Amino acid sequence: MSEEVKQYIKSEYKAGFVTDVESSTIPVGLSEDVIRLISSKKNEPEWLLEWRLKAYRAWQEMTEPDWAHVTYPKPDFQALSYYSSPKSMEENRPKSLDEVDPELLATYEKLGIPVHEQEVLAGVAVDMVFDSVSVGTTFRAKLADAGVIFCPISEAVHEYPDLVKKYLGSVVPQRDNYYAALNSAVFSDGSFVYIPKGVRCPMELSTYFRINEAKTGQFERTLIIADEGSHVSYLEGCTAPMRDENQLHAAVVELVCMDDAEIKYSTVQNWYPGDAEGKGGIYNFVTKRGIAHHRAKISWTQVETGSAVTWKYPSCILKGDDSIGEFYSVALTSNHQQADTGTKMIHIGKNTRSTIISKGISAMTSQNSYRGLVKMNPGASGARNFTQCDSLLIGDRCGAHTFPYIESKNPSAIVEHEATTSKVSDDQMFLCQQRGIDPEKAVSMIVNGFCKEVFKELPMEFAVEAGKLLEVSLEGAVG
Amino acid sequence: MLTIKNLKAKVEDKDILKGLNIDVKPGEVHAIMGPNGAGKSTLGYVLAGRDGYEVTDGSAELHGENLLDMDAEERARKGLFLAFQYPVEIPGVSNMEFLKASVDAVREARGLEPYSSVEFIKLAREKSKAVNLPADFLKRGVNEGFSGGEKKRNELMQMMLLEPSLCILDETDSGLDIDALQVVAEGVNALRSPDRSFIVVTHYQRLLDYIVPDYVHVLADGKIVKSGGKELALELEKEGYRWIEGETV
Ligand SMILES: Nc1ncnc2c1ncn2[C@@H]1O[C@H](COP(=O)(O)OP(=O)(O)OP(=O)(O)O)[C@@H](O)[C@H]1O
Ligand SMILES: [Mg+2]
Repeated sequence: MSEEVKQYIKSEYKAGFVTDVESSTIPVGLSEDVIRLISSKKNEPEWLLEWRLKAYRAWQEMTEPDWAHVTYPKPDFQALSYYSSPKSMEENRPKSLDEVDPELLATYEKLGIPVHEQEVLAGVAVDMVFDSVSVGTTFRAKLADAGVIFCPISEAVHEYPDLVKKYLGSVVPQRDNYYAALNSAVFSDGSFVYIPKGVRCPMELSTYFRINEAKTGQFERTLIIADEGSHVSYLEGCTAPMRDENQLHAAVVELVCMDDAEIKYSTVQNWYPGDAEGKGGIYNFVTKRGIAHHRAKISWTQVETGSAVTWKYPSCILKGDDSIGEFYSVALTSNHQQADTGTKMIHIGKNTRSTIISKGISAMTSQNSYRGLVKMNPGASGARNFTQCDSLLIGDRCGAHTFPYIESKNPSAIVEHEATTSKVSDDQMFLCQQRGIDPEKAVSMIVNGFCKEVFKELPMEFAVEAGKLLEVSLEGAVG
Repeated sequence: MLTIKNLKAKVEDKDILKGLNIDVKPGEVHAIMGPNGAGKSTLGYVLAGRDGYEVTDGSAELHGENLLDMDAEERARKGLFLAFQYPVEIPGVSNMEFLKASVDAVREARGLEPYSSVEFIKLAREKSKAVNLPADFLKRGVNEGFSGGEKKRNELMQMMLLEPSLCILDETDSGLDIDALQVVAEGVNALRSPDRSFIVVTHYQRLLDYIVPDYVHVLADGKIVKSGGKELALELEKEGYRWIEGETV
C-alpha cells in the first residue's frame, strides 16, 4: 500500500499498562513440588491434587505439537512462575467487593469493565481474574436468586465439589493435548458457571482475564454447565501489559450443554500482541471445547485481535441428536502476529447441524491461518455443515492460509465449504479518500464491513466494543 | 475556480500529462474529449490526488489554493469531486454507511454539524430517487453487484449529496441506457449554478446535447491540442481526431 498511508503506522495498544500492587509470586520452575504448592495455596482436596499430578505426569511424556502454521521459540517451562497473586488477595482474603484493594478494581475500571453493580453496563455480571486469582465477582447474590452459580473455580472446588468433580476434564481430558495437560497440572483461577434446569440466566456473564506480573504464565480454567433446557450467554475478555518478553497463556474452557440447553460463548481476545518489530507479546495456546446433548446448541463467537502467537480451535462435540454447533470468528493479525485458529465440529448424533463463519484479516507482515475440521461420524445421519471462510489482506507482505479438513463417514451427511480471499485495494482506498474519508476510517470501515456477519453474533454491548477494538488494532496497520 | 498551468505528470515512470493548461471559471462547464489513452482519466486522478501519480511540473489551484500540496481527502473536503470512469466495489460496507461517513467528513471540514441518522436517511432517499435508484440500493454494499449503469447513477447520487464546487465527471455517460443518460444529464443540469463548475470527460457528442458545455477541449497525448465552443464537439463527431492531429502537425 501507498507510502502516504504507511505514515499512519503507530500501533497503539491501549491496555498495556502495569498495575503497581505487591504480589506474591512463587519461584520460577515446574515440578511436582510446585504443583503441590499451588494446590496447597488453594487449600484443595486431595483428589484434585492427584488429578493435577496425573496430568503433570502425562504432560512430561508428551511433546509440543508443531503442526500449526506458526513459528516461535519454544517456551522455557522452567523459567516461568506458575502462580502469582496480589498480596492483598492472600492474607485476610476480602469477603466482599468493598474490601478488595481499590488499586486492583481500578485496573478493571481503566479497561472499561463495570466493577460496581450500579454501573451502566449493569446487565453484565463480571468475574475479575488477576494473574492467578479471582479478585471479585459482581452480582453473585442476584444470580443466586435465580439459582445460577457464578464464581471462581477455586471456590467452586470447595462449595460445589460434586459438580466440579463430575465435570472437570469431562470435555477436555487431562491428556487431551500438550497445553491442555499443562493447564490441568497447574491451572489457577477461572470461572465456574452452573445454570439449573429450565433457567434462563437473567444477565450476561463475563470474565476478564488480566495478566499483570512479569515472568508468569496464566493458566485459567473455565467450566460452564448448562443443565437441561437452560440458557446462558457468557463473554470473556483478556488483556496484558506491554513487555519485551513473551508470556504464556494456556487456558482450558469446557462447556457442558445438556438436553435442550443453549450456551453462547463469546470472546474478545486482546492480549498484548508484541511491538511493531515483533518483540514481546502473549503466546495464546488455548483449548476450548463444548459437548452438546440432544437438541442443545453451542455457539462460539470470537474476536481475536491480540497475542503474538495464537493457537486455538473452539470446538463442538455434537453428541445428541438434533444438536447445533456454531463458530463465528474474526481473527485479525498485524505486524508480526501469527494466528492459527479455527474450529472442530464433530458430528455424532443424527441430524446435527453446524455452521462455521470465519473471517481472517491480515495486515503488515502477519500470518493468519484458518484450520478447521468437520467430522461426520457413521451415526450422524442427516447431519449438515456449512463452512464459509473469508480472508482479507491489507498490503502485500502478509499471508492468509486455509486448512480445511473434512472427514465424512456417513453418506447422508452434507458438508459445504466456501472460501474467498480479497484485498483492501488501492482503488477502494482512493474512492474513500476522494469522498473525504480519511484513510484510517476507510480501512476500519472496510474491515468492519467484512466482519459484519460475525459482529452481529456478539452480545449487543460488545459488538460496538469489538468494532472499536479492530479500529485500534488496525491503527498503523495500513501498510 | 480551477487554474491548471503547464501540468506535467507521470505514472510508473511514464510521462502522461505533458504540459496541460486549463482555466475553469465559476459556473462554467468544460468538456474534455480525446482519444483512448490520451490522459483524460489521468488528469482527473492527478487533480484528485491519487497516490502513484507524480506531478513533475506545473501547478493546479482550486479557489486560489495549491491543490497539489493536499491529501486526496483534503481536496475532496475543499469541494473537488471525481465521478469515476470505473467505480470500485466495497463489499460489506453499506452504501448508506459510506455516504454518511463521506458527507459527515465533508460537512465537518466546512464547519457544519453532522446530520442525524434520521435526517440523513431522508436526504439519501430523496437523492436516490432523483437518480432513479430504488431505495434498497442504499442498503447494499457500495457498488456491490451493481450494473454498470447503476454504478454511474450511484456516483451521481454521491455528487448530489456532497454538493461539491468542482465536479469532474469521467465518462459518466458510458454504459448508460438512453433513459439513464437523460437522468444523469438532468442531475447535472440541476446542480449547475454560478458557483459550481464542471469538467465533463466524454467520448460522445450525445451527452453534450443535454449538458451544454461552455468550452470543449481536445486532449491528445497529454496536452490540450484544441479548444473551442460547443460546435467543436460536433465537428469532432464528424471528422474524428485525425482531423485535429493533421492540423497540429
Ligand atoms: N498505472 C499505470 N501504469 C502505466 N501506464 C499507465 C498507468 N495508468 C495509466 N497509464 C497509461 O496512461 C495513459 C493514459 O491513460 P488514461 O486512463 O488517462 O487515458 P484516458 O484518456 O482516460 O483513456 P480512455 O478514453 O480510454 O478512458 C494510457 O496509455 C495508460 O495506459
Ligand atoms: Mg479514461
